Amino acid sequence: MENAKKGDWVQIFKVILNPEERAPGLPPETSAVPLTMKVKGFLADQAARAGETVTIHTATERTVQGELIVVNPAYEIDFGEPQQELLKIGFEVRKLLREEADKQ
Amino acid sequence: MSAKNDQSFRAVMARKNDIMKRAVGIDYGQFELEGLAFDYEAMMEKAGYTLDQVQKIQGETSVGNTPLIELKNLTKLARLDAKPGKGARIFIKDEACNPSGSFKARRAALSCYQAQKLGYPGVISATSGNYGAAVASQAAIRGLKCIVVQELYDSQGLSQPEILEKGRACEAYGAEVVQLSVGPELFYKFLILLEETGFFNASLYTPFGIAGIETLGYELTEQVRQSTGSDPTAVIVTHAGGGNVTGTARGLEKAGVKNTEVVGASVDLSGLHMASDRDFNRKSFTTGHTGFGVPFAAWPDRADVPRNAARPLRYLDSYYTVTQGEVFYMTELLAHLEGLERGPAGNTSLAAAYALAREMDREDILVVQETEYTGAGKHPNPQLTFARKQGISIKRGNPVESKPGESIIIPESPAQISAQNLELEGLKRSYLKKARAEKNGDPLSSPEINYLAAELSSPEQWVEEEYKKGN
Repeated sequence: MENAKKGDWVQIFKVILNPEERAPGLPPETSAVPLTMKVKGFLADQAARAGETVTIHTATERTVQGELIVVNPAYEIDFGEPQQELLKIGFEVRKLLREEADKQ
Repeated sequence: MSAKNDQSFRAVMARKNDIMKRAVGIDYGQFELEGLAFDYEAMMEKAGYTLDQVQKIQGETSVGNTPLIELKNLTKLARLDAKPGKGARIFIKDEACNPSGSFKARRAALSCYQAQKLGYPGVISATSGNYGAAVASQAAIRGLKCIVVQELYDSQGLSQPEILEKGRACEAYGAEVVQLSVGPELFYKFLILLEETGFFNASLYTPFGIAGIETLGYELTEQVRQSTGSDPTAVIVTHAGGGNVTGTARGLEKAGVKNTEVVGASVDLSGLHMASDRDFNRKSFTTGHTGFGVPFAAWPDRADVPRNAARPLRYLDSYYTVTQGEVFYMTELLAHLEGLERGPAGNTSLAAAYALAREMDREDILVVQETEYTGAGKHPNPQLTFARKQGISIKRGNPVESKPGESIIIPESPAQISAQNLELEGLKRSYLKKARAEKNGDPLSSPEINYLAAELSSPEQWVEEEYKKGN
């Protein structure tokens, strides 16, 4: 990953609770892993590389420390792949309504 | 180390009541009666707002007064499979027209108004739903800082596209999004943030948050009266935490409806554990489902405030579940037949409405009380693309054969859409079981019996008998 410099929009990662610190009564697959957090903000350090502990200033001007994981994090969402199971629904029901209209 | 600096799980949870009291500005103690009982109506009256006040507050930030649309083509389609004389007129309240694209703006408008009035510098909300964007949007209008805490990703770092979109929307309105991995300790982090920032807890479950939804029930009644000359026969509400049911029903009462039924609807996610790192990404609906709907109905005081203002069993006349596949199917119908691209999660009540309309008389009026905006990630295609990658089988067939976490079955025809009745009596019994556990099996006092009868909308005698049975 590229180096980040002061003022860059970055995302950090932090462990909030280790497995042994977690709440009682969790399903085993949850209690076996830590509770972690990701937060975005502007890098406060002069320069940093992924994996280093950095300080950021968030959108509410909080100061948070954590491991730098992404510089300029993108929104990884889209409209997905067309779904075969959905593609014909509209045509099927329009046909049903047309057939009914033709009867009358 | 000072007490406040002790951020261990145990220490923070022990400070819960103090943190909450400071962060919502309500002394809940004044409404406590005896044992389990508290004065719900007094809380709603004293700590909430009147309908007139709510309308004025929501008007300040352009919330509410959304259109009511008659779904004429969907009604026609439902009547094809209905018996003669059956097939109610279906209407929908287009709540996507609110500033942040969902009815949640109504709740957020009140939370942010309250925060500003009491002089808090900002608001915090713990939600992976549309409420995040609603709070962020309303906070932006009022110049408040905003943090939204989301349960977002599993231990592999994978996130539901629907929640990612909701987080993006929060950031678009200038909010900070704190993203967390799976687990109920989100509440612990939430408390730390409240303590650290001194912000207002924009809980979904405060009296004013619920009062914010009353305008929805009130408006839709006025609109139905205006366009049809009668009251709605039934209003169907997507049910999760209980606020939507509670606020809408209270609004209907304030509009003076006499016989309008209040129907709840949730997506069936039975068998999936809400705190499971594994199950988290094996569901395609992150709200409006039975994972919230059932526990919150059967014991409302599990929320982020000492006394939850959302108490659905006081108001529900019936409760139905639908499958994930049926809601995706209905989302397609709404777009293709009515020209409204909305949902998908918000179309849960619409899917149930389509099934119920076929059983109702043609003259009856069935109102679906919300829509929500659609966006990248928050749409049937990306949600099903993601589900498939998690190994969920997706096919067309009879949706009743689907199994949450394993398969999603898209109906082959509209006739296959059905709503499964979830008996309220079972939920009421669960409630009493929990009440019994809370009291270690001790007998109920007279005020408690009176309170539980109101909570469960059931006769006192039934409450006493069922409580004694201890089932």
